[in-house]
Amino acid sequence: MANQKTEECPVIGLQGASCTGRSVSVLNSSFRKQVEEKSGEKVSACYQCEKCTNGCPVEFAMDIAPHKLIYCVQLGLRDEVLNSDTIWVCASCETCTTRCPNGIDIAHIMDSLRQISQSEGIKASQEQVPIFHNAFLSSVRRFGRVHEGEMAAVYTLRSSGLKGLMGMAGMGLDMFRKGKVKILPHRPNKQVKDIFRAAERKG
Amino acid sequence: MEVSLYPGCSLHGLARAYNESIEAVSKTLGVELRELDDWTCCGSSSAHVTSDKLAVALAARNLGIADKVGMDLVVPCAACYQRLKTAEKHLKQGKPVEGLSIKYEGNFHIKPMPDFLWENVGEKALRERVKKSLKALNPVCYYGCLTVRPPKVTDAKNPEDPQGMDNVLRSLEAKVRNWSFKTDCCGGNLALTRPDLHMKLAQRILDMAEEAGADCIAVACPMCHDNLDSKQKEISIEAGKSYNVPIFYFTELMGLAFNDPALETWLGRHTVDPRPLLRQRGLI
Repeated sequence: MANQKTEECPVIGLQGASCTGRSVSVLNSSFRKQVEEKSGEKVSACYQCEKCTNGCPVEFAMDIAPHKLIYCVQLGLRDEVLNSDTIWVCASCETCTTRCPNGIDIAHIMDSLRQISQSEGIKASQEQVPIFHNAFLSSVRRFGRVHEGEMAAVYTLRSSGLKGLMGMAGMGLDMFRKGKVKILPHRPNKQVKDIFRAAERKG
Repeated sequence: MEVSLYPGCSLHGLARAYNESIEAVSKTLGVELRELDDWTCCGSSSAHVTSDKLAVALAARNLGIADKVGMDLVVPCAACYQRLKTAEKHLKQGKPVEGLSIKYEGNFHIKPMPDFLWENVGEKALRERVKKSLKALNPVCYYGCLTVRPPKVTDAKNPEDPQGMDNVLRSLEAKVRNWSFKTDCCGGNLALTRPDLHMKLAQRILDMAEEAGADCIAVACPMCHDNLDSKQKEISIEAGKSYNVPIFYFTELMGLAFNDPALETWLGRHTVDPRPLLRQRGLI
């Protein structure tokens, strides 16, 4: 509709997230509580000093800067947060966590948000990121240790198909020649399999 | 001196040169590294992104093994180090571990490789083994993220300006340069999932090394090494500027100073060939 413009929120500068209208007047605290419970971190302690954002090495590639993402959680803007690029672009370098003056483990909150997003079946904005982590963990589950060659091949096949896998062949061969590819995987480990099973049960 | 070693998965694959050079210099220094029996993956980033409980349990399993041995545990990989330290904090608080029954005393220290060599082996032992001074070399030391951050987990004394690797290389007489990018992120696993971002981060580190007057970068982490070493050709094409910066595992530079005969083999595994630089400086 022509007259239905998406407003830009004056506080967080996010298209379509109007905190002047619906969200700020009636704060939705259930999402904040869910995140605080899952992470054990006090999201409400953030006073928007922006130290996390200023130290973040990948902020330029995020749609919501880290301090704004925390503010979104405080406001209960669940969809904006769980569908954001930010939670999947974060490199887990922990600079934000190290520098936060209020002791908020922001990198851990990013983990919790990814976990909530995955458990609710939300499609990750960077689809290849969960594909990578799954390929990595499947390899660990199977062999006890990650087999880099197998993990990279599975990841490439699942994220970019056969064509992608063929494109990787040259690099793989070069690495093989340089002795950087372990031929045989490690042997399966029962304890590791038990750990995976327990984590699956308890989430 | 005898210590436990948790090598981590990459040292048997991607970072074989790191593994080989660690073995060689330890032998020269009279350090017995005892690889943990039946160690398994620490879970790395993929576990903590997926499940907190899984992340702690995968790492804790290895600490259980180290605990039985009772010797200090040396960890060459930054990501492994941080995951093991996270599990250590968890275990020391007496919290349960999902899917694993573990009795934990925790009477041992977990140390990154550079700190172990500097603090436990020490300057005197390092200096005594030097057969070839590295004074013609101007490295910067790149520590990456996870041996230092977050300090509440890593117990890093100086998380914004770590010194272990600088000290080790200075004791080999290398002219180590100061710079402010010691702990800036190389992109970690974004190298696979968002290579565009990884290349930007790596380029910034290569640029800053050049600005600091360095002729090479020394690292102490398999992923840092690969992320800085392997894509310089692609970064050059993207940036329209030629990058050809040798990236050394700091233990390779120790092997160079100790005149280790296996040096050639390690350097042959690099993407950017460091041998022209070393020849130019009269070091090989």
